[in-house]
Amino acid sequence: MSNVPEELLYTKTHEWVRQNEDGTVTVGITDHAQDLLGDMVYVELPEPGNSLAVGDECMVVESVKAASDIYCPLSGEVVEVNIALADTPELINQDPYGEGWLFTLQPAEGGEREELMEADAYQELIESES
Amino acid sequence: MSLRTVLYEQHLSMGGRMVDFSGWKMPLHYGSQIEEHRGVRKAVGMFDVSHMMIVDLSGPRVRDFMRFLLANDVGTEPRPGRAVYSCMLNEQGGVIDDLIVYDRADDGFRMVVNAATRDKDLAWIDRHAEVWNVTVQARVDLAMIAVQGPEARKCVLQILLERVPSAATLRPFQAAWENDLFISRTGYTGEDGFEIILPEGEAVALWQTLHRIGVPPCGLGARDTLRLEAGMNLYGADMDESHTPLESGLGWTVAWEPPEREFIGRAALEAQRSIGATRELTGLVLEERGMLRNGQRVVCGEKGEGEVTSGSFSPVLGKAIALARLPSAVEGVCQVEIRGKLVRARIVKPPFVRHGQSCLQGEFNQ
Repeated sequence: MSNVPEELLYTKTHEWVRQNEDGTVTVGITDHAQDLLGDMVYVELPEPGNSLAVGDECMVVESVKAASDIYCPLSGEVVEVNIALADTPELINQDPYGEGWLFTLQPAEGGEREELMEADAYQELIESES
Repeated sequence: MSLRTVLYEQHLSMGGRMVDFSGWKMPLHYGSQIEEHRGVRKAVGMFDVSHMMIVDLSGPRVRDFMRFLLANDVGTEPRPGRAVYSCMLNEQGGVIDDLIVYDRADDGFRMVVNAATRDKDLAWIDRHAEVWNVTVQARVDLAMIAVQGPEARKCVLQILLERVPSAATLRPFQAAWENDLFISRTGYTGEDGFEIILPEGEAVALWQTLHRIGVPPCGLGARDTLRLEAGMNLYGADMDESHTPLESGLGWTVAWEPPEREFIGRAALEAQRSIGATRELTGLVLEERGMLRNGQRVVCGEKGEGEVTSGSFSPVLGKAIALARLPSAVEGVCQVEIRGKLVRARIVKPPFVRHGQSCLQGEFNQ
């Protein structure tokens, strides 16, 4: 059974979004996604300062099995990236909602948050896909 | 409906992530492919390889037939238990399949061929066997378990020594058997180990006994990265009917001597050998971070271009590695196109890893 924390928001493409107190959001991939992809071996991170639109292919994670695009869950500017993933991409497998975070984003005004799902809706989605 | 091996329920109960493989439902891994890989390099692991096809051949002229059918030579005299790795070629020298053939002396020969090619292999063998009056039997009643790693021998002998005492003295590429329990010191990982062929009805008990003494199950994922580190080809990726053994890093498996031995594909291979093959299979190690994947374009300066035939990640080296078909005699460095960018890779002679240790020289030695 995949872990789907209550306090996060989710995309249909298996990214999660956490609202931080300073106004930024942290982005990662879900436990379900890392489980499907298998052992991570390489991560191509976005550049801090990059402006991204919702749905942009903003980075790539590669497992032994396959390369997978990560879609930006909100429009905004990349603030920080998780450089630890360059040497230890397996953090995504070990701790997808913690140490395995991907990047933080300063969301643009307005944003598209209504497109994001609550935990229960995401749980339903992955159950319907399995 | 996918095919299932007799161990299917075992895979499910051990947490196997099941995937389709050549029409079979097989375990990709049981949690972590990389942990399974490392386990085999350091200690031991077991693989269900019952999807592979076992073919027994017999008849008064079966030895002559094998010497005609295969590019490697089983020899004119019986050598009971000897295993030979060979390609089976078409008339153009293209590789129909790669296989292991066991000399079973008075009982003829046993071949183990790939799951993906079983139907075309059988059709090809049957077509030629008729003239030689050779009986061809697909042994769908047998299962096969590979136990691999530095501790594999100890684990297997602990369980099966009483039933097959001669297994204790097997050298690499030798097999021993008692009735339908067949043990060979072969594998597809670059480690010591055994492959055990036995009646389907006995496979679950052996699998469970191996598990009980501490042999973890491993999936096809680890099998693929282990064989790639060991520099072993995968049929359908690194070789196929449109390439000869000389273009697939398998020239060493072709027995040119004695020159009077006629085998299927010989004329085409000799013609290619005399002018020299223009392409060859070699190894790549990516110098920067990134992943190598099948089908990536390889740029070798003015020598031309090639293609990655098997790319993956080496858990032992911590780098992306690959087999690639490149213009002949290229050496040094080349560039691999990864998502539109050219990334440097070093051209090396496989294997990458043997018996748990890196085979790379110089700057790659860690």
